[in-house]
Amino acid sequence: MRFLFKTSYLQDIRLIQHSGQVLWIGLLVVGLLISPALLPEFWLAQLNLILVYAMVGLGMMILLGYTGQLSLGHAAFFGLGAFVQAYFVNRGWPFFGALSLVIVANISLGALIALPALRIKGIFLGIATLALGLIVEEVFVKWESFTNGTSGLNVKPAELFGLVFNSQQRFFYLAFGLVLVCTWMTLNLLRSPTGRALIAIRDSEISAQSMGIQAGKTKITAFMISAAFTGIGGALYAHYLRHISPENFTLLLSLDFALMVIIGGLASIHGVFFGALFIVLMPPLIAIGKDFLPAGMANTAGLQNVVYGLILIMVVLFEPRGLYGRWLKIRTYFQIFPFYRRGMFRRQKAFQKSERLH
Amino acid sequence: MLQIVLSGVSQGCIYGLIALGFVLIYKATETVSFAQGELMMVGSFTAFAMMQFLGLPFWMALVACLLALALVGYGLERVVIRPVLGQTALAVVLLTIGIGYVARGLIAMTPVIGTETHTLAVPYAGKTLELGGLVISYDHLVVIGSTVLICLLLYLMFHFTRIGIALRASSQNQLAAYYMGIPVKRLNSLVWSMAAGLACLAGVLLAPITFVHVNMGFIGLKALPAAVVGGFTSLPGAILGGIIIGVAETLSGFYLPEGFKEVAAYVVMLAVLLIFPSGLLGERTRKKV
Repeated sequence: MRFLFKTSYLQDIRLIQHSGQVLWIGLLVVGLLISPALLPEFWLAQLNLILVYAMVGLGMMILLGYTGQLSLGHAAFFGLGAFVQAYFVNRGWPFFGALSLVIVANISLGALIALPALRIKGIFLGIATLALGLIVEEVFVKWESFTNGTSGLNVKPAELFGLVFNSQQRFFYLAFGLVLVCTWMTLNLLRSPTGRALIAIRDSEISAQSMGIQAGKTKITAFMISAAFTGIGGALYAHYLRHISPENFTLLLSLDFALMVIIGGLASIHGVFFGALFIVLMPPLIAIGKDFLPAGMANTAGLQNVVYGLILIMVVLFEPRGLYGRWLKIRTYFQIFPFYRRGMFRRQKAFQKSERLH
Repeated sequence: MLQIVLSGVSQGCIYGLIALGFVLIYKATETVSFAQGELMMVGSFTAFAMMQFLGLPFWMALVACLLALALVGYGLERVVIRPVLGQTALAVVLLTIGIGYVARGLIAMTPVIGTETHTLAVPYAGKTLELGGLVISYDHLVVIGSTVLICLLLYLMFHFTRIGIALRASSQNQLAAYYMGIPVKRLNSLVWSMAAGLACLAGVLLAPITFVHVNMGFIGLKALPAAVVGGFTSLPGAILGGIIIGVAETLSGFYLPEGFKEVAAYVVMLAVLLIFPSGLLGERTRKKV
């Protein structure tokens, strides 16, 4: 058991709270760094996809987990990132040159999509972003000079300082590096005044405003940051797939992104990675599990939907804090063994505040 | 021109019927059910299965599947939705998305009927009515007619029956209604079963126009803008919003270049939201501190 003695106020916002974290995170990073040499090709490809999704998850977590703004249209940002990256890399731009254009384009689209957020809240914001996502999806199909329509676009592999990232092993290091940097940036954001303003807006917009936070400006900032991270994820995805078409960026992907952070556990960076692991690994695991079922039921798409929906329902009913909440409970159990009690994580019931007048 | 508007109106009536379900649930519980489209899909599959395998005539199958879906709605509320009563709206939204996934998956896994596209053998299929130069198919007439009928029935129910008045009371102020001895929880179950029944009716009416298949539930995503345009708290608004969306869609499909038809509903919705944030007929509310 570990006791943390607080000896200065700065200790609360220190990036690394205690030496144990250095050990475990260090072990994780080293383990991941050597994983391309150990994992078979298929699972390495899944690991790369997890990194891409985690990148999007960071953006989604900032928006939904920390600012409390529901977006069901993030596939639009993801797709824009992918197409901008593909378009410019194919025209000979360097990797980071195209990536900075991706960020600029996504920040602009993010600011545009944030406009409804200034007037509507909650579920209705979700519906509005869903509509915008569907509109952007249609634009991708029709804007053929940019996206090459439904036939799709081939993407060159990423190239950096003369090194071509054309295999899963090499792509892993590129994606891992970017995810590491972006996670660090997110952690830094969250311990800055801006990050705390985001959390204040999530908890109560009115009290945040009365403390001098400009709600509108802060929400737009959150959307722009979220869009930028999602766009970087999209750019990585373009290099990962090497062939993208508008049907990669549908409404179902937007739902996946939202569900990823919710199943992973809202308002935690761990949740991003748990959620990405879950979303990416579920289809192959179901495909493996399918072999044990009777042949008539072996409709993969249907089975996947059922399992997916059931898990979602279970998470909402029994573990509202997601996979990270479960992990926290297990960890605490072992940390303070044998003193764990059942009620330790019981929270007050989160009652919905009515938006109505009465 | 009138021809196009008319087919838009009938399409809009379908959206309106599904949107009525959204509005009923929203008024009762202040949450949005994303499973309406899937309930509609399940409804039309049920009707199809009853006619195909039990050999029921159309009208009996219609009544039977309405009852079945009302039961499903009731059960869903009891088993899945009620345990999270009082939690944030997001929890219920997630639950309904989950229900939607499960419904789509289960139908797709059903061995014989799941993966195919079917036609529902309605007695009025393919017939048309000519009226002063206008050609109207019976499909569309039946849709418009039954929407009018449903509106009338709902109006009568909400104004002249005990249950209807109790529903209105509980949607205005649940706590006060509860103190007056109104069984609010039972009413919520009832609302869910009504919404499921409406979705089922919409599914059966839509079946001759678009066929019965697993992904027909995604039309629920077009009904969502209809409910938003109408204001989400107003039953007439849902029908009005549905008709506006339907007409806008068919007109843009006819006059504007390809691709605008698919997004017309969302463009209209966003435009309405920008001008009237609470919809055309919605209650204007401002949150108190």
